[in-house]
Amino acid sequence: MTDTLNRETIVNISLAFLLLAAPMLALALDEPFYISLATKVAILSLAGVGLNLALGYGGMISFGHAAFFGVGGYVAGISAHHMFEGSDFLGLFAATDQLLLIWPMAIILCGGLAILIGLFSLRTTGVYFIMITLAFAQMIYYLGISIPTYGGEDGLPIYVRNQLPVVSSDDPLTFFLVCYALLMGGIFLSSRIIGSRFGAALQTARMNEVRLATVGIAPFPVKLTGFVLSAMITGLAGALFAELNGFVGPSMLSWHRSGEIMIFVILGGVGRLYGPLAGAALFILLEFFIGGFTDRWQFFLGLILLGVVLFAKGGLMGLIAGRARHD
Amino acid sequence: MTSAFVIEQILNGVQFGVMLFLMAAGLTLVFGVMGLINLAHGSLYMIGAFVCAWVSGWIGSFWIGLVAGLLAAAAVGALMEILVIRRLYQRDHLDQVLATFAMILIFSEGTRWLFGDQPLWLDIPQLLSGAVDLPFGVSYPLYRLAIILVGVALAIGLYMLITKTRLGMQIRAGESDREMIGALGINIATLYTVVFALGAALAGVAGSFVGALQSVQVGMGEPVLILAFVVIVIGGIGSIEGALVASVLVGLVDTLGRVFLPQFFALFMEPSAATSVGSALSSTSIYILMAIVLIWKPKGLFAAHD
Amino acid sequence: MTETLLEIKGLRKSFGALKATDDVNLDVQAGEIHALIGPNGAGKSTLIGQIAGGLKPDEGQIRFLNRDVIPLSVAKRARMGLGRSFQISSLAMEVSALKNVILAVQAREGSSFKFWKQVRSDQGLMDEAMIQLERVGLADSARTVTSELSHGQRRQLEVACALALKPKLLLLDEPMAGLGAGGSQRLTEFLESLKAEVGILLIEHDMDAVFQLADRISVLVYGRVIETGTVDQIRQSAQVREAYLGEEE
Repeated sequence: MTDTLNRETIVNISLAFLLLAAPMLALALDEPFYISLATKVAILSLAGVGLNLALGYGGMISFGHAAFFGVGGYVAGISAHHMFEGSDFLGLFAATDQLLLIWPMAIILCGGLAILIGLFSLRTTGVYFIMITLAFAQMIYYLGISIPTYGGEDGLPIYVRNQLPVVSSDDPLTFFLVCYALLMGGIFLSSRIIGSRFGAALQTARMNEVRLATVGIAPFPVKLTGFVLSAMITGLAGALFAELNGFVGPSMLSWHRSGEIMIFVILGGVGRLYGPLAGAALFILLEFFIGGFTDRWQFFLGLILLGVVLFAKGGLMGLIAGRARHD
Repeated sequence: MTSAFVIEQILNGVQFGVMLFLMAAGLTLVFGVMGLINLAHGSLYMIGAFVCAWVSGWIGSFWIGLVAGLLAAAAVGALMEILVIRRLYQRDHLDQVLATFAMILIFSEGTRWLFGDQPLWLDIPQLLSGAVDLPFGVSYPLYRLAIILVGVALAIGLYMLITKTRLGMQIRAGESDREMIGALGINIATLYTVVFALGAALAGVAGSFVGALQSVQVGMGEPVLILAFVVIVIGGIGSIEGALVASVLVGLVDTLGRVFLPQFFALFMEPSAATSVGSALSSTSIYILMAIVLIWKPKGLFAAHD
Repeated sequence: MTETLLEIKGLRKSFGALKATDDVNLDVQAGEIHALIGPNGAGKSTLIGQIAGGLKPDEGQIRFLNRDVIPLSVAKRARMGLGRSFQISSLAMEVSALKNVILAVQAREGSSFKFWKQVRSDQGLMDEAMIQLERVGLADSARTVTSELSHGQRRQLEVACALALKPKLLLLDEPMAGLGAGGSQRLTEFLESLKAEVGILLIEHDMDAVFQLADRISVLVYGRVIETGTVDQIRQSAQVREAYLGEEE
């Protein structure tokens, strides 16, 4: 048991270190493109860390997390849009370009949305839950398409990246470090939550709801809270993603995006703290490097993913760090 | 707005629903019998369409193309089941999602490799071109009418197969009790391959027919797959009747919403705003329908178990 | 004067044409072990399910601690002091025995909506959970993953979880099954010692244990209570012999 624990800790530290070292190396080699690739890995990992809380620990297989990812992105995009135009939001609120205000707004809005979606969706279970979360995400997607003020189908460009106090968010390395810090913060927060009393209740909800109710804990509020926390983290990742790309559009809300975030989590290892990082890193690197060799990269990516599912139970973390530890 | 126009749109909705049923039937059978979520079901639809279009273009007969599309989809389905899918029955849904997602990538890119990046076009067969006159002054394309008839015939055939034949009895036994069919001495592995290939063949037929109505291209399977999932969830997973009812319901809501919602909003909104709100709402309508059904009946309209 | 913990009146529940619970009247007093016996399929587990809250009765009353509990959820009834074990164990299988009990202790102690403090550094929680495991004789298996416990051990673990709730009333659904003779005898003695602390409604097929433990016995046949009485009354009841004991001989 202890060996497995140590091995997983070593793998985790290595992953965290590699992600931090990659852009430094890129800078030294004067290949700035890799900084943005590493930033993308950090942000999408954070989105996966959010989903993992619901899916991996709470057993709620959400196929609609793009709703939160995209809404987070739109908060950043809409702020930048009004700031650029010098207009007010709905003619009521003054625009801001301060990320320290934008992030909490994205988080709170996604939390509120998750309460609404969760209240309805958590009445269902299994495949029905997968599909009803998809349904709600699709509704948000078409809402995104139908608001011409914010770009409709074309999306919204972010001409000027929103700002942080003291440091410059425009500098690629600084922006990477900010995203990296938020990713590590997200992982740390997850680990605290999972180890807490709430975490024990949430994981029991996944394993056996009857058990949870039998000891006197109502499952519904536990699951709803887990779902909301999960959505908040993914929403923050969405806000960062929009800033990185200088763009937010309906594609951030699409079901492809929900599927992709889910793939990161499963590929990395469901219910493993660093699983989303392992999964997102592998997926994005494969996409990038195979894409460098051949236009048919999707074919080979598919084969590799298939190989991982068939031959590595428990995803990448299961493969390199052994079985999940439950004591 | 004439009654002929309304009837025509209703027929369009039914035609769309019937196509969805051919997709959904395979998905719901595979889920009901084997407990498998197959995201790559849309790829089988795409393969049917490509093979049909390619063979039709080569030989010059839609009908031979149709048979080829059906057989190709069934063959690929059987192969897929034997090589990969049967390793996934004992896994949880998440592994199934990842594996079948990987297969979408493989099939999509593989199809592009074989058939090139350009979409293919498939002509409506001579026999079914033109329109027929129906009562109430409706003139309706013969091809679409034929799709409805073929779809209904296949639905009836599937119903007969499941309720009246030995294979159907085995399938029903598999849905209710997996150990039971083993105990009855039925070869489960073969049964599963047959069920999977049957679902694949239906998807291939759907793809072949739809190929003549739209361009045949990579990626055509995924939107239909999502809709087919919506259908089986509304109908109740594992229920063929449910899939049929829900298919037609979804087909009608989607088609009629697309036509009439913008007109409805135009009654009290500016035309451009009405178009955008109406079309957005109509795209959302089936998802709203699904959410309402699930909130009302968390296991779908024809819940198979409890 | 003893206190009435549980009072059931005119309870009915049907599944289609099957009357699983048919006009059942039953009560459990404080300090009492009330055994519920009857042939398989008599509706014993269905009755427990209605008392605990997983199943909704069609008709009738269930009063626990003088309160109508039918509108209350399973979780609310558990918090009022209703502990139970299942005929087919229902535990968190992927985690250790200790964690299962910790969850119960945490639920009784208060809120599960604490997000920061780590359970594993909460010594009070762990100690209390260990005490309950020791009581049922599972201390040595505290760190064993639940899915690796034997069926008998899982039943004992369920009893430990139920006790951790400091319940007023325990509903035990065949706790002796799978224990073996020695285990049954130990559990019988243990349940005897619990009597002062908690009332027990006991479903059990082990007749030696039932006759040794029960203050009163109710006999359930086809959803109906055909007789309630002391051990001697039940032994002598012609009706019970005919309907139930007769079948076994």
